[in-house]
Amino acid sequence: MSDTPATANSYRNQPDERGHFGQFGGRYVAETLMPLVLELEAEYRRAKADPAFTAEFDDLLEHYVGRPSPLYFAPRLTEELRKSAPAGRGAQVWFKRDELNHTGAHKINNCVGQILLAMRMGKTRIIAETGAGQHGVATATVCARFGLPCVIFMGATDVARQAPNVFRMKLLGAEVVPVTSGAATLKDAMNEALRDWVANVHDTFYIIGTAAGPHPYPELVRDFQSVIGREARAQMLSRIGRLPDVLVAAIGGGSNAIGLFHPFLDDPSVKMLGVEAAGHGLDKAHAASLAGGRPGILHGNKTFLLQDADGQITEAHSISAGLDYPGIGPEHAWLKEIGRVDYTSVTDVEALAGFELLCRLEGIIPALEPAHAIAAVAKLAPTMDKDQIILANLCGRGDKDIFTVADALGVEI
Amino acid sequence: MTRLPSTFAACRVQKRAALVCFITAGDGDTAANLDALVAGGADVIELGMPFTDPMADGPAIQQANIRSLAAGTTTADIFALAAGFRARHAQTPLVLMGYANPMTTRGPEWFADACQKAGVDGVICVDIPPEEDDALGPALRAAGVSLIRLATPTSDATRLPAILEGSSGFVYYVSVAGITGKQQAQTAAIADAVARLKAATALPVAVGFGVRTPAQAAAIALHADGVVVGSALVELVAEHGAGAPAALREATAALCAAVHSARKVTV
Repeated sequence: MSDTPATANSYRNQPDERGHFGQFGGRYVAETLMPLVLELEAEYRRAKADPAFTAEFDDLLEHYVGRPSPLYFAPRLTEELRKSAPAGRGAQVWFKRDELNHTGAHKINNCVGQILLAMRMGKTRIIAETGAGQHGVATATVCARFGLPCVIFMGATDVARQAPNVFRMKLLGAEVVPVTSGAATLKDAMNEALRDWVANVHDTFYIIGTAAGPHPYPELVRDFQSVIGREARAQMLSRIGRLPDVLVAAIGGGSNAIGLFHPFLDDPSVKMLGVEAAGHGLDKAHAASLAGGRPGILHGNKTFLLQDADGQITEAHSISAGLDYPGIGPEHAWLKEIGRVDYTSVTDVEALAGFELLCRLEGIIPALEPAHAIAAVAKLAPTMDKDQIILANLCGRGDKDIFTVADALGVEI
Repeated sequence: MTRLPSTFAACRVQKRAALVCFITAGDGDTAANLDALVAGGADVIELGMPFTDPMADGPAIQQANIRSLAAGTTTADIFALAAGFRARHAQTPLVLMGYANPMTTRGPEWFADACQKAGVDGVICVDIPPEEDDALGPALRAAGVSLIRLATPTSDATRLPAILEGSSGFVYYVSVAGITGKQQAQTAAIADAVARLKAATALPVAVGFGVRTPAQAAAIALHADGVVVGSALVELVAEHGAGAPAALREATAALCAAVHSARKVTV
């Protein structure tokens, strides 16, 4: 977890000591949870300063997760996107292959870090929320690895549309609790996890899956996921001797994106593009909280939220269960507000096209989450010069999504 | 506003605890239900502001939130209910209880001003701890509306000063680490916690979460300045529909009798 030190004017000095990223972030939790949240922060500071913690984290990432993940130049995708580009245009497309991690997504990086923290704090029971099931699988995995009981809260709608991951979690020994309140998706799973946590603070650690929630979660999830960007930065320098021109990553809560972006934030030549899920379109049901939301308070932090005029949270929609959330991590809200990172959105239909493109051109079946990033790359690459480089985060593999994709394409398996 | 202090002072003179009754705004005929609570003997009213994501609430109040929002309840409707209540009941304190986002979405000043104009005496916000007081506290204090903070079994001596700083009206002791609803803390533990709080503040201490029956209310009324009953009343609203006012009045009267007599039957 070594990092180059951030300077005074760095973009990497956030959050402040109260957990605020500008006006965003914070600790908006019930009083019952406050002492625990403060204790977690204190323990995280100690862990960060403890070489033994860092050594154990790094060792598990290397030998259990399979890091570093490869950096891959995608030749056929690059050529395909040049066909529609003006002469001399069509950037090189590279991928950070976090879909090759154990459990098939970037989520495991964070789970390894958090379960080590849980054990440092003497907690004996783990809970987590999950949408697509990737974070649930990753949490169940580390719980099996370290022998801790694990309860996963998952919206009943998601339980139905992500059956393979539900079975995986059960195989790994987790109890999966279907949540039926609200629209029975990720937001409702998070509500139920918070309800469990507040009733079991004495022995339970909540492994939050994205860079959101009360401080210090957005910070510590970012730090654990920043291994993605640190590796990618070093790999780029070692492979071609320079940094990429643009980073691209899909955003639900935003943990894979902040993990890729954060180590590059102080490199002025590197532009960054976060890709939200536009669902059926920004004028219809979608999950793009930066594009279609405004600041508000939910699940422990202040951030951009999809909500009505009264502050009631509106239901998100995305073909990708992992992006189907009406909020976004507070650091992204801040990075948007200060203009360091650009954000765009991609519809379900565009994401499906990106999914098929990568399958056929590169022999990689991506998850529907990074399929959004691929769709954004397909729009961006033809506008850039041939010698420019796009690095996109391939944050998960698509095995879990083949049923959803078949359904969307009208194919019966 | 002085209704909260004067109500608790009057109860103190009568050597009894105050009965604090909670229902969710917009769930059923709220105006009639509120009137029934007062008629049954409630000393203080807590009116829940429905929210799509009530993460501190158990099933009963979650369902009430869903029913209310499904019926189309808006923030404007809630303030209209509050203003109507104030017009009918000049003296009974009215407290809004809910979550940060609906309270702050138009800005804390807007919310504090709306409370003041509607005759709301105090506000309980579940998810704004003292650390985030700026989000609502200064605006409420400027408008003369009490910010009622929650203390819990996990609020240790180091946190109490921060909780009490800027609080007014009363302190709400959440008797169990958990969500609203059915679990009940041990009376001895509650007595200890109330004593600890009262040593740290001159504010009245009301106890809630998991208080359902007259017997439970009476046990708490021995020690606390106020007893809060919520989920049990919300369940009556769900169960009785148009007949809810009569059911609420009867239940409140039973709770009221238990709270009033609690310290008299004890030696």
